[in-house]
Amino acid sequence: MNFFESIRVSLRALRANKLRSALTMLGMIIGVAAVIAMVGIGNGATASITAQIQGLGSNLLTVSPGQSNAGGVRGGAGSLTTLTMTDVPKVQAAGPAVKAVAPVSSTNAQVVLGSGNTSTSITGTTPDYQFIKNVSIATGRFITTADVDSNARVAVLGPTVVTDLMGDANADIIGKNIKINNVPFQVIGVTTATGSTGFMSSDDMITAPISTVQERLIGKTTLRSILISASSADDMQTAQDEITVVLEQAHKIPAGKPDDFTVQNQADILASMQGVTQTLTMLLGGIAGISLLVGGIGIMNIMLVSVTERTREIGIRKAIGAKSNDILLQFLIEAIVLSVLGGGIGIVLGTAGSGLIGTALKMSTSTSLTAVLVAFGFSGGIGIIFGVFPAKKAAAMDPIDALRFE
Amino acid sequence: MIDLKGIKKIYANGDIQVAALNGVDLHIGASEFVAIMGPSGSGKSTMMNILGCLDTPTEGEYFLDGTDVAKASGNELAVIRNRKIGFVFQGFNLLARTTAVENVELPLLYAGVGGKERRTRAIAALESVGLGGRIHHRPKELSGGQQQRVAIARALVTNPSIILADEPTGNLDSRSSEEVMAIFQRLHAAGNTIIIVTHEPDIAEFTQRIVRFRDGHIEGDEIVKNQRTAQAQIIEEGVAK
Repeated sequence: MNFFESIRVSLRALRANKLRSALTMLGMIIGVAAVIAMVGIGNGATASITAQIQGLGSNLLTVSPGQSNAGGVRGGAGSLTTLTMTDVPKVQAAGPAVKAVAPVSSTNAQVVLGSGNTSTSITGTTPDYQFIKNVSIATGRFITTADVDSNARVAVLGPTVVTDLMGDANADIIGKNIKINNVPFQVIGVTTATGSTGFMSSDDMITAPISTVQERLIGKTTLRSILISASSADDMQTAQDEITVVLEQAHKIPAGKPDDFTVQNQADILASMQGVTQTLTMLLGGIAGISLLVGGIGIMNIMLVSVTERTREIGIRKAIGAKSNDILLQFLIEAIVLSVLGGGIGIVLGTAGSGLIGTALKMSTSTSLTAVLVAFGFSGGIGIIFGVFPAKKAAAMDPIDALRFE
Repeated sequence: MIDLKGIKKIYANGDIQVAALNGVDLHIGASEFVAIMGPSGSGKSTMMNILGCLDTPTEGEYFLDGTDVAKASGNELAVIRNRKIGFVFQGFNLLARTTAVENVELPLLYAGVGGKERRTRAIAALESVGLGGRIHHRPKELSGGQQQRVAIARALVTNPSIILADEPTGNLDSRSSEEVMAIFQRLHAAGNTIIIVTHEPDIAEFTQRIVRFRDGHIEGDEIVKNQRTAQAQIIEEGVAK
């Protein structure tokens, strides 16, 4: 009997028992769909975090104050107040790899306009911030050097802030006076929506001259961070080294002692965040993989029941001339068809499911071809592995005993 | 055609050895119509299994069409069953969810015959047992007698050397039994070798020769003197009504 005849015989047997075939496949369907959906969500999370970090600016380096370590009590990163405005020109002059520098002082504040009221983060900085962070202006203008020099009470709003204050992101807010912690500021510009949400959203923030923010809102001249744009992606490491040397000199750090600041490279942050999400993806995929394994065991279970139940059929087939291999192939193909068909349906459902979950949770998900191929190959493999044992059992049956079986 | 020499079949049950067949010599020629009879435990079922190449003897030689099949392997036996033997069972043993014609095609499928030829030959076999109009019926939709005729068509379809029937009328009423035996007589007249195992003497009388088994031996081997004709029986009963 040739291979295609075997497939037809197997398909007919599966059709004869539709409900059981469907229930058996369900195990595979759920397993494969879970793997696809979980990996899709994980990949989506990785992609969105990558996009968010890359959206923070081009060739970005961040200098933050170091950790305090007083009497064995270790504070968080940035808990020291070692960065000041005097560091800014030094960093600027650190070397040719440094293209632009913007100091940042930030705080959270209550913002009021008429009956509108919201809490958001206020970033005090200099005009170069616009270039370093790729800020694009929808209406009005960004802050200028003159604003910084004159401690002007002007503010550039993110579109989310405009929505929170006026109920509509497109409302005309330019020229209006808002109150930030009861200090009046004039709105001079609105930034373009970037679509970033949550963690460090650039849409839900207010940008103002650093001098004004320090004097009126924070009352301190220390910096939260200094943002640096390197000349090119290749210059990032050079810039990082140059800045470290300049700041060590400025802060009089003796060789061998820990620095009181840290220079972070955008690529480092990206790599560590991706590491976290990839671990998460593997974890989700692994858990889903277990359900795939359970699905495979389900197939073996049903195939074993099926072999016992169809003992007489096996006996008849053997009596009229089926060889052991014909029987083996028939049951093996049944198992493989169940698992591969289940796997195929699982891929479709998993892809649809990850899309649905993505829409429901407002996050991007992406189905990777690798995950699809691995899940499909895996389901076929499970069919073979878990099908061989029942098929061998069927093939090894003695025709006389099988015919006598009631 | 069939030559059995010193056939023994011994079953070991723990330390006790039971000889189901204890030295059987038997010759059955081509185109014979033989009934094997005997009480239960006489060894006739074991004989049937060995004749049908479902089982191999512990000792002895079995020549089927000139080749010794006593020492054949499982797969070789499968090929011999497929090519040379057609089985008819007491319980019909048709595949339940499969139509009559597909059941009849089954041996051809394992013989590697192509789809079109398979269908043509299966339909011809069904027509020869008078079921040409029921080829797409499933076993459940057929009467016992009709199911047994499908089974006979399945046994015939490969043009086997011998047709082996194990209690072919055991599950049938007398009318259906006679119809089935009429088919066997017709097949015999057409030159087929047929061996049936039965415990009903009146069924055995439709054959030419009766071989009687007892305690693993052949007890008697006789020619049927007044062979009954099943077709005549059916007509006679029809008249009586």
